[in-house]
Amino acid sequence: MRRILSILLENEPGALSRIVGLFSQRGYNIESLTVAPTDDETLSRITITTMGDDQVIEQITKQVNKLVDVLKVADLSEGAHVERELMLAKLRANGNATREEVKRTVDIFRGQVVDVTNSLYTVQLTGPSDKLDAFIAAVRDTTEIVEIVRTGVAGIARGERALRQ
Amino acid sequence: MEQLSGAEMVVRTLTDLGVKHLFGYPGGSVLDIYDALFQHSDIEHILVRHEQAAVHMADGYARSTGEVGACLVTSGPGATNTITGIATAYMDSIPMVVLSGQVPTSLIGNDAFQETDMIGCSRPIVKHSFLVKHAEDIPEAIRKAFYIASTGRPGPVVVDLPKDVQNPQLKFPYKFPETVNMRSYNPTTRGHSRQIKKAVSAIMAAKKPVVYVGGGAVASEAQQLVTDFVEKLNLPITNTLMGLGAISGEHEQFLGMLGMHGTYEANMSMHKSDVIVALGARFDDRVTNNVTKFCPDAQIIHVDIDPTSISKTVSAHIPIVGAIDTVLEQMMQQIEESKEQLDQQALAEWWQTINEWRSRKCLSYEPSTDKIKPQFAVETLYKVTKGEAYVCSDVGQHQMFAALYYPFKKTRQWINSGGLGTMGFGFPAAMGVKTAFPDAQVAVITGDGSIQMNIQELSTCLQYNIPVKIISLNNAALGMVKQWQEMFYSGRRSHSYMESMPDFVKLAEAYGHVGMRVDDPAELEQAMTDAFAMKDRLVFMDIRIDPAEHVYPMQIKFGAMDDMWLSKTERTS
Ligand SMILES: Cc1ncc(C[n+]2csc(CCOP(=O)(O)OP(=O)(O)O)c2C)c(N)n1
Ligand SMILES: [Mg+2]
Repeated sequence: MRRILSILLENEPGALSRIVGLFSQRGYNIESLTVAPTDDETLSRITITTMGDDQVIEQITKQVNKLVDVLKVADLSEGAHVERELMLAKLRANGNATREEVKRTVDIFRGQVVDVTNSLYTVQLTGPSDKLDAFIAAVRDTTEIVEIVRTGVAGIARGERALRQ
Repeated sequence: MEQLSGAEMVVRTLTDLGVKHLFGYPGGSVLDIYDALFQHSDIEHILVRHEQAAVHMADGYARSTGEVGACLVTSGPGATNTITGIATAYMDSIPMVVLSGQVPTSLIGNDAFQETDMIGCSRPIVKHSFLVKHAEDIPEAIRKAFYIASTGRPGPVVVDLPKDVQNPQLKFPYKFPETVNMRSYNPTTRGHSRQIKKAVSAIMAAKKPVVYVGGGAVASEAQQLVTDFVEKLNLPITNTLMGLGAISGEHEQFLGMLGMHGTYEANMSMHKSDVIVALGARFDDRVTNNVTKFCPDAQIIHVDIDPTSISKTVSAHIPIVGAIDTVLEQMMQQIEESKEQLDQQALAEWWQTINEWRSRKCLSYEPSTDKIKPQFAVETLYKVTKGEAYVCSDVGQHQMFAALYYPFKKTRQWINSGGLGTMGFGFPAAMGVKTAFPDAQVAVITGDGSIQMNIQELSTCLQYNIPVKIISLNNAALGMVKQWQEMFYSGRRSHSYMESMPDFVKLAEAYGHVGMRVDDPAELEQAMTDAFAMKDRLVFMDIRIDPAEHVYPMQIKFGAMDDMWLSKTERTS
């Protein structure tokens, strides 16, 4: 099962490598990982999406928690949450018909065109990962995908639940 | 405020932390620290002959005293030579701090001379590590390192010190950090009271309980509490390889060690039990055998300070996170308050069954008048030392013979590399013990293979007068490897023989020590008595043992706890 883990840790050199090292050392997989400092600059927040059954996720959570730099860990997928990922896609846009069709697909997915040449559109989309996957599937039939970059998931719990010091 | 250079701060912080012994080896990146040691310190530094030995010495020191062991090495090869030692300490949760030199910060990442990424190399085998980038941060980093190493589940911590940070010319105000405050690190020690209640109820409802105790009981100094607990309820108890001594090896209720080479009665009791009380043990694969067949009827109460150890390999019905001493105190109190009672008749029947298993005498062996049996050698050591020696072991058959045939009276008396199984550990570890307890009897039980992995330390022992007694059970083979080859590879002894054994007696003498060779069982006791009588000499006893002996019992691979070989021809199932 896909899980989203949120980790609050010291914003120190080496802290990220301990997290990544732990995952590879113990054979856990990382599907995506995002990291950035929080409003408090001494803290970083990581969102990791991973796969595993309850037992594996429990071990991962405990192992991450055990790292000396880590303050808190939560499994966001346990409750209601919001997840967002940002994607930039460079798409071939030659000829009016293709340009129109690409633009229409981008609109349907509430994306924006952020750069244009006479043969390319670069578009930006945000949303849960499956929405971005759906966009890729849709646009693939219309035109060539030149390149794609995704940020990986950032997640946050809904309501009062919060991961803070 | 006092003004100190980075190098001086290293030495001063160690002094203020109460460090009395430092095991190390100098080199370019730590020369400033060595100079500060020379100029201003009462710390006794022991110069080893290989950095791996420095780490094992610090480790033996830590295991015998319970204090943090400390070592100091240079960057690059000095640092990488410590890796095996750090991994050994990590696997057995030993408090240790390794100070390593590093190239100057301006050169980090340049493939500078003697640069290795020590933080990176050691990352998977440390509890934590620090790369210190400013001299002012040294006291706090070292203070935190000692704190982290010795609290919660103990473990090794690396402090990497770039050369420019040590600069003797630049002085900074020094103040010893009296307290440590880390918002991200707060180990739990007290067990959850509801879980304690549940655990006590489960124990009281048991008909076939067994207590399974590991190294966590040693780390938390819980020997007395463990003993009180099992005595109060008359429970049978077994120890892991790391937990030996957590109850006296001579105690009536002690069933011996469990696991791959555990006793018949310990493994049978586990397998047939209905409640297992696991205290500071981690259901290691060398204990459980095949986890899917592990103790099918048992309800498991698992107490450990490290939540990751709980339900990692075998899931616990009643998990309790906490230190063994604290949780046992809580349990004892709960037992006092609880109205529940054990079913005495069921318990008596359980003991009767256990005593039948005991009567099988799984540790008996065929005595011999012409060959020294390894079991006999260990028993003789026990006799000569009155069961009171520190016994430090290497890895192999001799290690298992030592664990099975020397009943340890107390914790910290048995020192071995359990988790990593590091050959070459025993001798330097014993040197660390002897450094901590110069008046104690310290024996190394080793093999002809293992001893050659750190034999260069004979030189260190002469320099610092560290008169340990080396009891080398020489079977002219990598005996444990050979045992497996004989059992599982149709006797094909691929590279398990040592064809050019040195003359160990002459070797010991060449290093300035006493060497003895014994091959007659009738002479062994006297020879050992003579060896221990030479209190201030290192004696190397090259004991020629019967090379044909195997270690039994031995669990059968992929089987349950109760599937064992009891001799070359007898098996339980
Ligand atoms: C550093 C290291 N290398 C290899 C091994 C694998 N190994 C385990 S026991 C053993 C043989 C040990 O031989 P010896 O020290 O003579 O002890 P014996 O089994 O003969 O008593 C070996 C090679 C190990 N445990 N450690
Ligand atoms: Mg041998």
